[in-house]
Amino acid sequence: MELFFYALISGVLFGIFFALVGIGLNLIFGVMRMVNLAHGDFIMLGAFGAWLIFNKLDINPLWSIPIEIVVFMIVGFFVYYAFVPRLSKSKDPEMLSFILFFGVAQVIEALAIFAFGNNQKSIPFSTLGQGSVTILSQPIPFAWLISAIISLIIIGFIYYYLYHTRMGYATRAIMSSQEEAASVGISVSKISAFAMGIGLSLAALAGVLAPFMIGSIDPSIGSSLTTMSFAIVVIGSLGNPIGTILGGIIYGIAMMFMQTYLASWTNLVPYVILILILLVKPAGLLGKKVRNA
Amino acid sequence: MHKKNIRLINGILLIVVTIVLFAILPKIYNNNYLLFNLMLYIALSEGLNLIYGFTGYLPFGYVGFFGTGAYSASLLILLLHVGVIPAILLGGVAASVVGIILTPLLRLSGAYFAIANLAASQAIYYIISNPHLENITQGPYGIMLSSVYNAAASYNAMLLVLFFALVLVLFFRQSRFGLSLLSIKEDSITASVAGVNVVLARTIAWLLSAFVAGLCGGVFAWYTSVFYPETVFSLNISIFAIVFVLFGGASTLIGPLVGTVILYGMYNFIGISTPQYFQLIYGILIILLVLFLPDGVISLFKKVRKYVP
Repeated sequence: MELFFYALISGVLFGIFFALVGIGLNLIFGVMRMVNLAHGDFIMLGAFGAWLIFNKLDINPLWSIPIEIVVFMIVGFFVYYAFVPRLSKSKDPEMLSFILFFGVAQVIEALAIFAFGNNQKSIPFSTLGQGSVTILSQPIPFAWLISAIISLIIIGFIYYYLYHTRMGYATRAIMSSQEEAASVGISVSKISAFAMGIGLSLAALAGVLAPFMIGSIDPSIGSSLTTMSFAIVVIGSLGNPIGTILGGIIYGIAMMFMQTYLASWTNLVPYVILILILLVKPAGLLGKKVRNA
Repeated sequence: MHKKNIRLINGILLIVVTIVLFAILPKIYNNNYLLFNLMLYIALSEGLNLIYGFTGYLPFGYVGFFGTGAYSASLLILLLHVGVIPAILLGGVAASVVGIILTPLLRLSGAYFAIANLAASQAIYYIISNPHLENITQGPYGIMLSSVYNAAASYNAMLLVLFFALVLVLFFRQSRFGLSLLSIKEDSITASVAGVNVVLARTIAWLLSAFVAGLCGGVFAWYTSVFYPETVFSLNISIFAIVFVLFGGASTLIGPLVGTVILYGMYNFIGISTPQYFQLIYGILIILLVLFLPDGVISLFKKVRKYVP
């Protein structure tokens, strides 16, 4: 029973963090119908940002959050205007975006190796607070709790943006139909560029917390983070950013229970969940019908 | 002569020239390893072309079939003492069986299929490399096939697999069957209205594609004779094949061939010594290709000549 509670609580905490990992990917897909295969590499960049702040400036890595929001918003605008308009005109934008962003992922990984080398980097746990807290008589590292709370706050902001601001309304209008949104006077490209910026910033912020949740970082962690994000997003449902929270928590709990009871098979979890969900309920657990297969 | 016959002869000539070249080259050029890998990647790209070029499904986890072929063939040789050639053929069959298990994925479209296929290949990798299965697959510790090692024979086996893959693509390119696949790719509903059995045609292409990758895997295992799960399940194999096909031009016979020779040549030139430069160039190349030349370099020739094999 001890183990059970431990797995459950840490699963929920990790799940909230995983929701943050996936939500940016889902936002970009929902708005642009483009598959950002470089998502994991943006997370990796975010993580290195936090590492730089901590290592070179010697201040708390959480200070990188505001800096990274600004930087990745700008990167997002650049990425949007460089690729998306041209891609949308092509024969099969969704498929080609998949391949294009794969190329982007390769470029990012190569540049990150130039900049940071191939070695693993880490930030000590204690920078987010010493020791552990006791929840339901289980000792949980303080850093996990802080990371989960920060993730929850960021997701709260996204919820507020999407459901309580004018731009958020416009974003959701584009998600449900781009043509209709354009016909009522919404500037599709401006809102989409903004969504790309937010999506990449979210990836980067997940990256800031990654050293505390996932462990040490190196330039090659991007691709596995991308697959993980896909599993999370697909469980929740593609194109519905808030569904990602459910996806993250299910994924987190499944992961922790597997690690507790059947450790050597943990790596299989994301892939098996992903395939099963895609086959049984392709639109995801909270999904409307988004495509015709 | 009938136009169709000329096209067929062009295709056959291309195959004959390729095969003869690869048969003669080891006698003049002594980098056997490079030649073998070139053949391997041409065969893999043509195999991927069967499914991606002709049906539009992008199998991101194509390497799953390759690895399955390599492991099935090796385990048949090591555990059941099957002869090398039958073991390789059975490796291809095993890859097709995995293909059959994965056929439900064909219900998914576009990116969903690619992601699910990628996940499937990773799942196979984690099952095979699991330390709990050490008694059967040797888990993460890899396979030693040195007892049956034969460089010349395995080189010739690869030549045969390459021939088979090229003939398959030529068949797809020239036959009614290939045409019906292309019509499905264009618009599956219209194709089915016109009397094409969409599900059957797609499944056949999928299984043939898996079979080619399985054969490649088996021959690779024989040629290399010592390998680890991460060697034969490396995502790079999928990616190489996809980029080679895209670069050359999908759904043609010559496209993947040209793509592999140019890009693998380049990889050999700079990729092995300085992998990150290569990765950078590769990434930029992919981005430029998708944006400016989505139909591959072969599409440049199509502007001059109406038809390329």
